[in-house]
Amino acid sequence: MSTTAAPVDGASQEDLTRLAERWEERPSLRSWLSTVDHKKIGRRYLVTAGLFFALAGISALVMRTQLARPESRLLSPQEYNQLFTMHGTAMIFLFATPMLFGFGNFLVPLMIGSRDMAFPKLNALGYWIFLFAGLFMWASLPFGAAPNGGWFAYVPLTGEQNNPGLHIDVYTLGLLFLGIATTAASINFIVTALKLRAPGMSLNRVPLFVWAIVATAFMVIFALPALNVDNAMLFLDRRFSTHFFDPQAAGNVLLWQHLFWIFGHPDVYIIVMPALGIVSAVLPAFTRRGVVGYALVVLSIVSIAIISFGVWVHHMFATGLPQLSYSFFSAASTVITIPSGIQIFAWLATMLLGRVVLRVPLLFLIGFIVTFVLGGLTGAMFALTAFDQQVTDSYFVVAHFHYVLIGGAVFPMLAGAYYWLPKITGRMYHERLGRWAFWLVFAGMHVTFFPMHLYGLFGMPRRVYTYRGEPGWGGWNLVSTAGSYLLALGLLLVLAGMVHAIRRGRPAPPDPWGGDSLEWSTDSPPKAYNFPVLPLVHSVHPTWDDATRSSMGADATADRILADGRRTLFTSELDGRRERAAEMPEPSLQPLLLALGLLVFFTAMLLAWYPVAAVAVLAVAATLAVWLWPPRRPDRELGVSP
Amino acid sequence: MSAREGIAAATGTEALTTELPVGRSTGWWGMVLVVATEAILFACLLGSYYYLRFQYGSPWPPGGIREPTLLRPLVMTAVLLPSSLPMIWAEHGIRHGQRWRLRSGLAATLLLGATFLTLLATEYAQTLREFTMTTDAYGSLFYLITGFHGLHVLVGLTMICWLLAASLRGGTFGAYRHDRVRNVAIYWHFVDIVWAAILFTVYLSPRL
Amino acid sequence: MPVDTTRDATNAGSRRSRRRRRNGRVVRMTLLAGVFLLGGCAGDAPSALDPAGSGAARVANLWWLLFWISTAVFVEVMALLVWALVFRRGRDTRVRHGQPLRFVAVAGAGLPLVILVAVYAVGLRDLAALGHGPGPQAPTIEVTGHKWWWEVRVPGIDGATANELHIPVGERVRVRLRTADVLHSFWVPQLMPKTDLIAGEMRETWLQAQRAGRYRGQCAEYCGTQHAHMAFLVVAEPRADFDAWLARLGSTARQPETDAQRRGQQAFVQASCAGCHAIRGTPADGRVGPDLSDVGSRWSIGAGAVPNDGGHLGGWIANPQTVKPGAYMPPQPVEAARLPDLVAYLQSLK
Repeated sequence: MSTTAAPVDGASQEDLTRLAERWEERPSLRSWLSTVDHKKIGRRYLVTAGLFFALAGISALVMRTQLARPESRLLSPQEYNQLFTMHGTAMIFLFATPMLFGFGNFLVPLMIGSRDMAFPKLNALGYWIFLFAGLFMWASLPFGAAPNGGWFAYVPLTGEQNNPGLHIDVYTLGLLFLGIATTAASINFIVTALKLRAPGMSLNRVPLFVWAIVATAFMVIFALPALNVDNAMLFLDRRFSTHFFDPQAAGNVLLWQHLFWIFGHPDVYIIVMPALGIVSAVLPAFTRRGVVGYALVVLSIVSIAIISFGVWVHHMFATGLPQLSYSFFSAASTVITIPSGIQIFAWLATMLLGRVVLRVPLLFLIGFIVTFVLGGLTGAMFALTAFDQQVTDSYFVVAHFHYVLIGGAVFPMLAGAYYWLPKITGRMYHERLGRWAFWLVFAGMHVTFFPMHLYGLFGMPRRVYTYRGEPGWGGWNLVSTAGSYLLALGLLLVLAGMVHAIRRGRPAPPDPWGGDSLEWSTDSPPKAYNFPVLPLVHSVHPTWDDATRSSMGADATADRILADGRRTLFTSELDGRRERAAEMPEPSLQPLLLALGLLVFFTAMLLAWYPVAAVAVLAVAATLAVWLWPPRRPDRELGVSP
Repeated sequence: MSAREGIAAATGTEALTTELPVGRSTGWWGMVLVVATEAILFACLLGSYYYLRFQYGSPWPPGGIREPTLLRPLVMTAVLLPSSLPMIWAEHGIRHGQRWRLRSGLAATLLLGATFLTLLATEYAQTLREFTMTTDAYGSLFYLITGFHGLHVLVGLTMICWLLAASLRGGTFGAYRHDRVRNVAIYWHFVDIVWAAILFTVYLSPRL
Repeated sequence: MPVDTTRDATNAGSRRSRRRRRNGRVVRMTLLAGVFLLGGCAGDAPSALDPAGSGAARVANLWWLLFWISTAVFVEVMALLVWALVFRRGRDTRVRHGQPLRFVAVAGAGLPLVILVAVYAVGLRDLAALGHGPGPQAPTIEVTGHKWWWEVRVPGIDGATANELHIPVGERVRVRLRTADVLHSFWVPQLMPKTDLIAGEMRETWLQAQRAGRYRGQCAEYCGTQHAHMAFLVVAEPRADFDAWLARLGSTARQPETDAQRRGQQAFVQASCAGCHAIRGTPADGRVGPDLSDVGSRWSIGAGAVPNDGGHLGGWIANPQTVKPGAYMPPQPVEAARLPDLVAYLQSLK
């Protein structure tokens, strides 16, 4: 492996001192709470999402224990129903997307050669909201008031009449609260990728991971409002007796499902897409070549993002809609497998034409390909209405989406975790520990979920807290349960490997893998200002090309060092031409205060303390007004005519 | 100050503290994306309206609620849609560094927006006598859609007040620095355009 | 499951589909044999791969088509992956270039497109076939989903039963689906794919069994606390037996014959039972819970929660909450001495 030293020779010692002065924060409680550094925020996203993953995973283990044999009485049905709802809701909303946004937060500015996100304070706000919304939802579990309507919360089961108490209010308010963070982060990603790319990084030189994150962010912006409207209407129905979903009063229960899946299906890709971006980012280092068919992969990312909005009805194939609409949505759902196929074969071609270096990140990528292809194949089956009607809502679909989500998201995340661990922590992981973890996770995953295909076909419906012995599902369930323990053990080893690396790992060089993207052109871990010299990008694999590297070394210029302030470069949207240096915001407590105000608002809404909620709204508005209050400048700078 | 002086200032020694904005700002993109996601939000609300209407069938409005009267909403439209004009005028003014145009334009928009909200309140005073949010799904839709839009108008007015306060302070906006004015203007135009869609859906479509 | 290959009376051109089914069965047996060796046994399972009706058979055939195509694709991908891992390992870390786009386009888009179009066409044909319901003269059964049991009625007949419906072998039977509360889903894996029960609307599906037997069905849409115990049974039987079932459904319940049964009936009518349950021909006419006029002949108690025998029935009456926690039937304050009478009476209702 090549070990390129970070090209610090481009910036003088004086420049480095001044940069450090402007960017670094002295460790204190205040700076911990007020930081706007995208790397710290990214790390927090990763750790917090990891915590929610652990909670949701433990819920799953408890459920698997309950299901190990027929008629088990470990859990009451009420407990089981809360656990499976929290498992799904947390895995989707509190783990998958935030974890990938954590990778995005840490990596996007580094990959595009910038010193921070476009809106660093908004970034901090997004994290705090995510943390508070996650705690808001999990806090309901010890009180026995956790959501219990399944992660897609179909009405009328989730209506006030069939489901009194706070359960569903926690769900609707929690997701509305969290939605603010997800939307804010998405807007931030898009603007960052549009305006903050290093000079020379035209659209055709944008790393595939960044493409994936941006496509994801666009999907969030266009899909999430449907979920928000849905949840708002459900909250109003429950709390203020409106009738959106009440068929007795001109409402309609299928409205919930349509709106939910208009969000829900794009959401599958919102989860998988950035993970596929991780695959494209990790693969080049271990195949010693760029991903084959860059343009085709970009095209497939964009087309998935668009087509994913036209397939939602395949989640409703059993609701008895007209056959004509089924045949349309069946066709769209069939077509959407093609762009994914293109990516799979692009990666295979990359491996076949490169030189494979088998390290732990690549092992997880192989695990990803095996698992995700299986999940994709059963996914294509679900596009066929007749087959879907037979196996939907059975354990077959549980198997399918765990293959897609663990295969398509968790394996790439783990590959990414090992791959970027040196960059994030400055430490190398223990290779053998990593291999053990991989094989346990891989085996555990398949032992747990493969049998679910079978007992789904054998007639076992999903979301049952127990089952009778006669249908003969017990043996297979026992296998799944054993597999889930194996999987948990593997994940525990992953955690042990990370802790070991941070505590005892040997120091990581700037570029331990010979990677191709810009994050490998700077220190491990990067300094607060990311790059002493912002690069001038010459190709799609900047760290592999000498011209880009020397732009950060021998050919450095003062207008890319920008040591006079807390600055980064803005460039043009399409071709990455330099526009200007821009001043970035200082650390601030405002994001935390704003998030706390929102937490008070949502808690007050939950507990029906409406005057408190009103006060919280005023506090939020006031904080925003101060946050955005324009700085005073001399007239000459403003350009005011006398 | 002429443009040339501005460029000279931007390339001088203190250039880096005062570098002139070039290209679209991050704030502009941010606001455009906020508006995009908000537009989808309203599209989902109006889509829900049509979905419930066509799933329910006729008569619409159901349960003996009369078709909404048109006079007041048309007056509201005549107040709200033109409120974009002083906003445009204000924004153009500050682009030329004319603060008085900014201030008076914002004030005019504020006045029109407030009139719209007052009219909405009188509209509610009338409709609430006939049906409420809890009467049936039609009532729920009516108040959710118009109320949510009203809320947006209120937020827009708050932002305009805030702009007005900032511009009255001085040392805030000028020909080179008026990002916030531009962003609020984008938001306000959006709120106006959405009203046209709401007028069509809630007030005109039941008559079709 | 009992085997009785009664001819599909309504479907004259079924020879082709029978041949396909036979082929499918051979494949299925070999494959399942392999799967069974891995552990466990699904011999009694209501398996979609052991279809007994024309709807499920169609889907089972579709599954095997999809299964073999998927296997082929998976093997292809694995072969490429293994090839790369075996023959493309190297310490040579020079960075390579070159863009074999044609391979990616053909293997990743071209071939899948051809396969998918073909499969889509087959899938469309099956969708149309499932949608092609029985004619207007076909028998109709009305099923209403409740939390957490199934009410079964036949139009034109006054009586009702629960969690069990009978169909004549070989005939297509229309099933009308409604729900009294939340969404449920009607699923008999061996006979027919799912149809959801939608609040405020009516849905229709059909059942057809090619051989007599008892086929387990279960609610497949999560419906709350006791979603797990909301099973039902479809009994496919010769036409004469079906007609007898219809007749029983329309007639009053069997009168008590022994003293114990008579005391049981008295207890039933006088205690709180009658407030919720009906027994035709007695003053008990509650409509909240299932009609119990034929409860003695049913396959289970509590929609598949426990088998229907004296011990379980007594336990259920005393406290359903220990059997099916969350069910809407509260514990019954029946004197211990009266319980055996009540059980005897209910068991006599066949």
